[in-house]
Amino acid sequence: MSQLNARTEPRFVRYFLITIALAFFALFLVLPLVCVFHNALSKGWVVYFDALKHPDAIAAMRMTLMTALVVVPMNLVFGVAAAWAISKFDFRGKGLLLSLIDLPLSVSPVIAGLIFILLFGAQGFLGPWLIAHNIRIVFAWPAIVLATLFVTVPMVARELIPIMKSQGTEEEEAALTLGASAWKTFWLVSVPNLRWGILYGVILCNARAMGEFGAVSVVSGHIRGLTNTMPLHVEILYNEYQSAAAFAVASLLAMLAIVTLIAKSIVEAHIRQGQK
Amino acid sequence: MREFFVKKSILPGFSLSLGFTIFYLSLFVLIPLSMIFLKTSTLTFQQFIQVITAERTLAAYRLSFGTAFVSAGINAVFGLIVAWVLVRYTFPGKRIVDAMVDFPLALPTAVAGIALTELYVPTGWLGQYLQMAGIKGAFSPVGITIALTFIGLPFVVRTVQPVLEDLDPQIEEAAASLGANRWQTVTMVILPVIFPALLTGVTLAFARAIGEYGSVIFIAGNMPMKTEIAPLLIMTKLEQYDYPGATAIAVGMLLISFVLLAAANFFQWLTSKNLGKV
Repeated sequence: MSQLNARTEPRFVRYFLITIALAFFALFLVLPLVCVFHNALSKGWVVYFDALKHPDAIAAMRMTLMTALVVVPMNLVFGVAAAWAISKFDFRGKGLLLSLIDLPLSVSPVIAGLIFILLFGAQGFLGPWLIAHNIRIVFAWPAIVLATLFVTVPMVARELIPIMKSQGTEEEEAALTLGASAWKTFWLVSVPNLRWGILYGVILCNARAMGEFGAVSVVSGHIRGLTNTMPLHVEILYNEYQSAAAFAVASLLAMLAIVTLIAKSIVEAHIRQGQK
Repeated sequence: MREFFVKKSILPGFSLSLGFTIFYLSLFVLIPLSMIFLKTSTLTFQQFIQVITAERTLAAYRLSFGTAFVSAGINAVFGLIVAWVLVRYTFPGKRIVDAMVDFPLALPTAVAGIALTELYVPTGWLGQYLQMAGIKGAFSPVGITIALTFIGLPFVVRTVQPVLEDLDPQIEEAAASLGANRWQTVTMVILPVIFPALLTGVTLAFARAIGEYGSVIFIAGNMPMKTEIAPLLIMTKLEQYDYPGATAIAVGMLLISFVLLAAANFFQWLTSKNLGKV
């Protein structure tokens, strides 16, 4: 046996495995995507754009954007703080902290919504107080933000921690030894090193925040034109048998997913280059 | 005291960053999540058992776990093949396939849900062939399994892929030079090393599948006792203002997720041990 084929398989095995992988890929990943755009345009461009221009659709887009605009910066600040503490210092209980950060990923989105109903709902823990003071949280924008925030808390931190860890602490130590202040070191040394990682985390967090369905569905109250986000608007249209309109709005979210994936592969390439 | 807790470092901001992290996590994750357990404690133990062993609850649990299990199994096989092909072979379009593996994570679940439903209804592109084979695609456990397979794929591929990439070529060469044929090398040398990573990925896919909501409810049909998944049952109870009932079912699901998470962490630890990183 020659050295060359010690690490590979006969040609027919290779082709067989590639065919299986591509068939699975086409069936489970490509077809659903094609299906979205096919159905969105099934009644022509006029219906497509009418669905997007509908006041309820516009309101849903605004709701989704407003939510992401609050959630993503908050989780970015959290992600940077968490990554700084975890990757630059050695302390007791780090493993526990890491698991707690990942916790929201293993909680069903429906449960993520449920907890805010239990906290702020009319029968909830703080419900009577909120009603007495005329503050609306559940079935309104604040609850949508809270539920989305819960679900996306780990998104930035998870991306930043491994990158910061691999960078070590030498550059910051050098800057501090040379007399730079703590904030100056952070802004001029750490942040520039992290810029691709930050971008990466923000992209993933944003995609998840804009697309969250289950958690938001529990707390939003589905008030059309008021508390509907884009995914909820898609659900309503679809359940009303307005398939083309539902898929038209869905196609925007699918495009967001594609842009996310493209941005992600560009950023990943940069991170890999940076590590070399 | 401080030295006991944290190793000395000249870097600033430890107290600030850790303090903020813990404050933020407590405020937005831990305190809200603790409401679940607080609410459950208002039920007596008997009431709690009554809710989670009601026939409809058990049927929902059985459906959720059954379909999640089957889809995790499907992903174990095909996810491994996809990861293997992506790491070991070259073929046209490989980079696109690699990037698209994360598509189920990037695509909002509601969009995935309606797209898969359209594909698998009896008149759909794929549903018509299933129909001919006498299989009901959408609105049956088969449809639920398909949706969960879609959602779980990235978890398996993305945990197995880096381990395959890190595999030391020397161990395969050693096996070959000691006279093992390729099949023996793959099944007796490579598979045992990546097996814990595969288990981690499958466990993560399984855990995600149990809680999944958006991609499933459209394709499921949502018939009580037949195609009603556990998260949907929570939703139904909420709509009927049965908060204790919804919470009890949620606690059951949460406890199981925590066990699964612990299992995934254990497999992860095994992987790094196998690769000689511990």
